[in-house]
Amino acid sequence: MDQLVEMKNIHKSYDGVVALKGIDFEVGFNEVVGILGDNGAGKSTLIKIISGVHSFDDGEMYIKGVKINPKKYSVKAAHNLGVETVYQEKALADKQALWRNVFIGRQITNKLGFLNINKEKEETNKIMHDLMKFRGIGVSADSVIKNLSGGERQGVAISRAMYFEADLVILDEPTMALSLQEVKKVLKFIQDIKDKGKSCIYISHNIANVYPVSDRFVAIDRGKIVGAYNRKGVSLQELSEELIKYTEVGIQKKEDEKVLSNE
Amino acid sequence: MNNLEKNSQVKKLTKYKSQIALLIMVVSIFGLFMITSPEVFLKGRIYQSFLSTVPIMGVMALGLTFVLAMGEIDLSFPSVMGLSGFVFAITFQVTNSVILAIIFSLLSGVVVGSINGILVTSIGIPSIVATLGMQFLIRGFSNIISNGLARTVALDKTISYKIFAEKLGVIPVQSIWFIGIAIFLYFLLLRHKFGEQALFIGDNQEAAGMMGVNVNRMKIKVFILMGVIASFAGILSCYRMRTWWPTMGEGYLMMVMAAVFVGGTSMFGGEASIEGTFIGAFIIGSLEAGIVAAGLSGFWTQFICGVLIIVSVIIHTLSKKRKGS
Repeated sequence: MDQLVEMKNIHKSYDGVVALKGIDFEVGFNEVVGILGDNGAGKSTLIKIISGVHSFDDGEMYIKGVKINPKKYSVKAAHNLGVETVYQEKALADKQALWRNVFIGRQITNKLGFLNINKEKEETNKIMHDLMKFRGIGVSADSVIKNLSGGERQGVAISRAMYFEADLVILDEPTMALSLQEVKKVLKFIQDIKDKGKSCIYISHNIANVYPVSDRFVAIDRGKIVGAYNRKGVSLQELSEELIKYTEVGIQKKEDEKVLSNE
Repeated sequence: MNNLEKNSQVKKLTKYKSQIALLIMVVSIFGLFMITSPEVFLKGRIYQSFLSTVPIMGVMALGLTFVLAMGEIDLSFPSVMGLSGFVFAITFQVTNSVILAIIFSLLSGVVVGSINGILVTSIGIPSIVATLGMQFLIRGFSNIISNGLARTVALDKTISYKIFAEKLGVIPVQSIWFIGIAIFLYFLLLRHKFGEQALFIGDNQEAAGMMGVNVNRMKIKVFILMGVIASFAGILSCYRMRTWWPTMGEGYLMMVMAAVFVGGTSMFGGEASIEGTFIGAFIIGSLEAGIVAAGLSGFWTQFICGVLIIVSVIIHTLSKKRKGS
């Protein structure tokens, strides 16, 4: 078992639309990997397969050396293997209290399934105090998510992942729509993951932000891996240029297709 | 800290705003009834009557509250009540066993609930359409198998009659069932994993799925819960009337929905008020008697019922808006 995640020739399509066309992808232990690519390239599909939200149609996937059966794999199974995903505010329920959002899917209950509300609130307060650093700003365990700011929501989503101490944390656009101060916190969080010997995958449009904390970058375009870079072998400038190249090629191809379909 | 305290104080106030409005509504409606027809509404008998009639409609309203919390709707329950009532009556006639009759009747609710759930999840039909279809289908089915004929059931000779139809002192047992089921569902919704997952599905289905909630399985379970509750209403109704009749349950659809909406549960999912539905059921269930006792014609019932629904939904919507801002 040399890799934490190993994907071989993974295929995935939704109702006939091909999203991934034979992806080979891996994440090592104590490694931070950035997935880069344009909208619709297949980045989200890739991480949703690793986190158990979607299954794959063909290929092989191993997590910690365990072969994954796509029919049986689920979000719960991923949690049990130590895979935690942060979908930012997208994975929070607006009308529910913060403490419910932290523990949803992994509630602390008694044998009959009744929630241990005191314990969940207590843990949430600890998380807010120790991990989110929400202090004296009007946010409590009882706060309803819709009353929180974008940064606070992201804080909740990220802290939830930290609390459950995953071996692999997947971050989907962790710095999007955040203030500079908040971006710093997120980057610090990624650094912490690395320092603790854990691994991380993140998706980002803003490579300048995440370049310093990454070990490796993988570029995806239309369902295929089109580039792989070691941070040590590529400067931020070079990486940006590479990506712009893919984006431009992508845009040009899309426009060509549009012209063709119009004709 | 100051902010925190202020925040939680404001929250406490707004949290109960809907409930307070509802209580004011109940007090004013019954106050009005007492003024307009004191000879009826200042005596215990009418309340005793409400306590035996409202629960049958009320338990279904409680079940529907759960379905709405999950962001879905079930329109098939009046027919399920009819079908399960028939299954109950016929099983009792054939076997003379109350226990078997209850088991088979509740099972019929489980079956219909599962079909509803599967239509909504596996096939992906919107619940309003799927359960509307099922409403007709089930009603037709029970008419076919019963030949459209009513059945009398001699339940008053069984011991179970005491549990499902008589009075405990002056209190009709139906109301005790109603309170018991309301308390059970309240805790199931707000203090149990089951209800929490239903609320998350109603709030943000995608998020619930991403956080490990098995959305489809939960939906099927909640439709089954609704089916079982409708069956129970059918059983209670058979006990009360000692008869099953082919149109049993008809007329409950709108009343039950009215009770739920007056109680403050919204169509949008993610939040629900079991206690609101409980009170709403009594408001809607006592309206007709009150209006008729006041000397107005039955036509007024629909009109006033409509006014109540609109007014209470406005109040609930406004109080939520303020909460958000």
